[in-house]
Amino acid sequence: MPEKFDVIVVGAGPAGTSCAYTCAKNGLKVLLIERGEFPGAKNVMGGILYRKQMEEIIPEFWKEAPLERPVVEQRFWFLDKESMVTTSYKALEWGKEPFNNFTVLRAKFDKWFASKAVEQGAVLINETVVLECIVEDGKVVGVRTDRPDGDVYADVVVLADGVNSLLAKSLGFHKEWKPEEVALTVMEVMKLPKKVINERFNVNDDQGVSVEIFGDSTKGALGTAFLYTNKDSLNIGVGTTLSGMIKKKMKPYELLEYVKEHPMIKPYIDGAETEEYLAHLIPEGGYNSVPKLVGDGVIVTGDAAQLVNAIHREGSNMAMTSGRLAAETIMRAKESEDYSERTLDYYRTAIYDSFIGKDLKKYKDATHVFEENPQYFEQYIPLMNRAMGTFFTVDGTPKREKQSKIIKSFTGKNGRLGVAKDLYRAWRVVK
Amino acid sequence: MSLESISEGRGKKLNILVCVKQVPDTKIIKVNPKTNTLDRSSAPAILNPYDAHAVQEAVRLKEIHGGKVTVLSMGPPQAKEAIKKCVEIGADEGFLISDRRFAGADTLATSYALYKAVQKLMKQDGGIDLILCGKHAIDGDTGQTGPGIARRLLIPPLTNVIKVAEVNLEDRKIQVHRKIEDGYELIESAIPCLLTVEKEINEVEYSPLPNMLKAARYTPIVWTVDDLEDVDIKQLGLKGSPTIVGKMWPPAKSEGAQILAGDSREQVREAVSIMLQQRELFKVKGGERV
Amino acid sequence: MNLDEYRGVWVFNEQRDGELVDVGLELLGAGRELADKLETELCGVLIGHNVKDLAAELFEHGADKVYLIDDPITEQYRTETYMKAAGDLVRKYKPEIFLYGATSNGKDLASAVATEVMTGLTADTTLLDVNVEKRLFEASRPAFGGNIMATILCKKHRPQMATVRPKVMKKPERQPGRTGEVIEETISMREEDLRTKIIDIVRDTKKGVNLEEADIIVAAGKGVKDEKGFKLVEDLATVLNATVGASRDVVEAGICGHDHQVGQTGATVTPKLYIAAGISGAIQHIVGMQNSEMIIAINNDPDAAIFNTAHYGIVGDLFEVLPLLTEEFKKALQEETEEGGVPSHA
Ligand SMILES: Cc1cc2nc3c(=O)[nH]c(=O)nc-3n(C[C@H](O)[C@H](O)[C@H](O)COP(=O)(O)OP(=O)(O)OC[C@H]3O[C@@H](n4cnc5c(N)ncnc54)[C@H](O)[C@@H]3O)c2cc1C
Ligand SMILES: Cc1cc2nc3c(=O)[nH]c(=O)nc-3n(C[C@H](O)[C@H](O)[C@H](O)COP(=O)(O)OP(=O)(O)OC[C@H]3O[C@@H](n4cnc5c(N)ncnc54)[C@H](O)[C@@H]3O)c2cc1C
Ligand SMILES: Nc1ncnc2c1ncn2[C@@H]1O[C@H](COP(=O)(O)O)[C@@H](O)[C@H]1O
Repeated sequence: MPEKFDVIVVGAGPAGTSCAYTCAKNGLKVLLIERGEFPGAKNVMGGILYRKQMEEIIPEFWKEAPLERPVVEQRFWFLDKESMVTTSYKALEWGKEPFNNFTVLRAKFDKWFASKAVEQGAVLINETVVLECIVEDGKVVGVRTDRPDGDVYADVVVLADGVNSLLAKSLGFHKEWKPEEVALTVMEVMKLPKKVINERFNVNDDQGVSVEIFGDSTKGALGTAFLYTNKDSLNIGVGTTLSGMIKKKMKPYELLEYVKEHPMIKPYIDGAETEEYLAHLIPEGGYNSVPKLVGDGVIVTGDAAQLVNAIHREGSNMAMTSGRLAAETIMRAKESEDYSERTLDYYRTAIYDSFIGKDLKKYKDATHVFEENPQYFEQYIPLMNRAMGTFFTVDGTPKREKQSKIIKSFTGKNGRLGVAKDLYRAWRVVK
Repeated sequence: MSLESISEGRGKKLNILVCVKQVPDTKIIKVNPKTNTLDRSSAPAILNPYDAHAVQEAVRLKEIHGGKVTVLSMGPPQAKEAIKKCVEIGADEGFLISDRRFAGADTLATSYALYKAVQKLMKQDGGIDLILCGKHAIDGDTGQTGPGIARRLLIPPLTNVIKVAEVNLEDRKIQVHRKIEDGYELIESAIPCLLTVEKEINEVEYSPLPNMLKAARYTPIVWTVDDLEDVDIKQLGLKGSPTIVGKMWPPAKSEGAQILAGDSREQVREAVSIMLQQRELFKVKGGERV
Repeated sequence: MNLDEYRGVWVFNEQRDGELVDVGLELLGAGRELADKLETELCGVLIGHNVKDLAAELFEHGADKVYLIDDPITEQYRTETYMKAAGDLVRKYKPEIFLYGATSNGKDLASAVATEVMTGLTADTTLLDVNVEKRLFEASRPAFGGNIMATILCKKHRPQMATVRPKVMKKPERQPGRTGEVIEETISMREEDLRTKIIDIVRDTKKGVNLEEADIIVAAGKGVKDEKGFKLVEDLATVLNATVGASRDVVEAGICGHDHQVGQTGATVTPKLYIAAGISGAIQHIVGMQNSEMIIAINNDPDAAIFNTAHYGIVGDLFEVLPLLTEEFKKALQEETEEGGVPSHA
């Protein structure tokens, strides 16, 4: 007889583990199934973990969790071929409790996080792939794994299987993601001595820096690159929407090579040795791509539900909150022993009432606007650089003349009105 | 310790003990050629691959003959993970002997500690009919522990086993194929005995889900030195190890290779002409053109 | 234990079907050096049935004495009987050093004897020396899965024992007519009391990969990535009429069989030409091929350790270099041929 649990959670990423942890802590019998050799083995993230949503699950987790560095400075680089415009904000307060956010290595963090769920009583099995949900009378009643005698049952199945979301798709909750709904991101973890990192980024051992890079890093395609500091390594990566890659006929690893060789970036990674090479999709469809979230006996969370803020590359926090909300929904359902779609719909409401729903709504047109208007990435960032270049180059030209030259350069191609409209639109979608 | 006492009082079932070791995954340990240092942190600990085959074989034999598969390991507390892996493969229970006083053991001291644990396990219900070990542990490649345990128990060691051909519980005999350099020998031994197994003996199967669930919930039993009986502390750990590591050094570097110049094709041409200096290697027929 | 009672260097001279196994003779060479340094005698240990004649060969390879156990019960190798025989000899004649070839039986016996007489044993050594003053045996082997050699000592127990890989030591020059003393002992065991019996010995007739005897080896490392890359190595080997070798990582990845493995846990080879393609040069690999006459390494990492051992290095992508090498070599051979004769590497 196959065993029955209260909850089966598929996928031990931030979404799944948050759900499993919360359920187990509240006394439910939980099975967490992960296909990797251990949780995090193959999971990929640029590396920013947000303190607040994690703390809602494990208070003061930073005292114990394997974190790299608390981020005290966020930099933004607008990159052209041989110049860049930068802005940054640094706050020493972020280096102290309760911190703001951290860089993490997922292989270490996910493993630790899952071990906390196990401490709470969740049963974790690794190296096991869930092939499909077992559906009886239109209700999800369990999952089928790839192992011999591999069926196992539960009142509720939580799908936290990440961006590919095959299980929700096979339930008909959504179709194949479109190329503009996912970004392909490649990254490397590069070893570099702590001391060198500290010097290059102007921080000490317990301070980290995040750098978001726009413009030439994607050769103008819609997307961004990033550079984050770990304890003694750097995470460097770049991603663009699949459609962008296709349009520009770029290969992801070539793009990463381009970024690594970029004269503005190279000095930061000089001498670092590649330790790991990773590639992963990020769901970037946003508000309009969120699929059906609940069904009879099933809830979809995290990346599998497209819960990512593409503009700010926030995914793990939304994953965690969605996992926690799923757990709370299940605990409510448990009271009435009713796991129908109607009862579980509480989850959907909770998501849309939370910061997830609100943020996704706010940025709902962002990807679309940028996708449809390549001038943002292809033209404005180079223009911005030229403007700065013109303005700051001391060549005897009066500043007033420089300003009018700059304005001309902006109005040349799209017309003055066009630029203004574009800028307004951009401001609307990201602000 | 007489042979009979190991398997006293049992008839028709095969109780098997498998000794397993947790080792760093040497496929992943990488050496930095510039500094000659090891990056141990990057190497996860795994169940010694040969031992996985030993457990699999034990499970296979249990399925045929009935009985029980117990695993025994000596190592740090993390070695519990290796034991859980064995439960995934199908072992029924597992014991870890873990104590600072075991630390630093060479194979002689290891076999002594394991022998003491085996003695205790023998007294548990059912006793032990067969002990299985891996051919060797991939961290040291010695293969000395198994025969050491066998000698202490005064049971025959059958090393490098590639097949268990027959188990006869009636006559308490076993026949196995033992790999030798140019083939194999078919050898018969009385039970109890100890086998060390090669990888060819079986394929480690993909564990069924119920085993995975069992392993996930399983907590191996941990014994310290004090849980064992009649232990001569002087024979344990570093103290009980006749061998010690003297010096360690990176192997002498020769002056190094002469790196050929130019692009690939130029390098290749140069290499070919160097190789052809050893012309007799590629001698033409009749040998007159050398 | 009074360490001073122990004198002499012993070598276990394994025989199969009345023929001496090579590694035992190699060890007589290594043992001779140790014995000379210690100013003590070198003894062979010969166990079997109707094997007395083999003693002469041991003397001619440098043994001063041969301890012989000749009995039907020891006709074939069995741990039970050999362990008893060797153990009794050790207890009675007290050698200070005892060497075994690292064959299946040699390793099996050494492990059993070590426990029987409670002494230290170092496995798979590749370098032997001795501290004459302290009469301390220094047995060295690659260790910790890395580029490190470690010397293992056994200070307070005797004999000091080690297994040594075949082909690592050089077989000594035969000295015809050299003789010595045979000391014959008996074994007090009865077949009825034994727990094991050899029923059959099946010799593998199909000829496997014979790396040990190869003159030319082209070896593949993990740099070949998969079967496709391995094929490039095979192609070159075909043109050179070479034998194909491999590193352990390639074998572990299932790209080729274990019989292709060169190194500490594979074959030890001494070809005239060894081409290493995509091999990083870990010590476990190096110890198996460092005595090759000419080593050419192909690696895209100019800092790869293999270049420390190789004589010539090609820094480049093997996926480009190997086909070129095959092509250029074909051409060169053709030219040779045109100048006269057909290339033959038989
Ligand atoms: C390059 C990159 C950079 C990013 N940077 C950031 C960042 O800096 N900050 C941030 O907050 N977010 C970032 N994100 C997004 C973030 O990684 C994700 O939003 C987050 O990991 C989603 O969590 P999840 O639990 O939903 O999915 P995942 O983390 O993908 O976890 C899914 C888990 O399910 C397992 N699984 C999948 N299918 C099955 C199956 N059939 N059976 C069993 N197990 C299965 C997987 O192995 C995996 O462990 C980034 C993403 C990428 C790709
Ligand atoms: C107890 C023990 C015993 C062992 N016994 C043995 C043994 O008998 N034999 C053995 O070989 N190993 C043995 N090992 C393993 C050994 O430590 C190494 O792990 C192994 O030799 C590495 O194999 P490799 O050089 O093929 O792979 P790697 O170390 O992965 O090296 C691959 C090399 O290929 C190069 N490369 C990659 N791509 C290309 C390309 N396109 N073109 C050119 N070059 C490229 C890389 O730069 C690298 O140098 C043993 C280990 C242990 C612990
Ligand atoms: N610490 C240990 N605990 C349990 N079994 C061990 C241990 N060390 C070695 N063994 C067993 O002995 C075999 C040979 O190991 P080794 O002699 O270290 O090469 C292994 O495959 C195990 O079966």
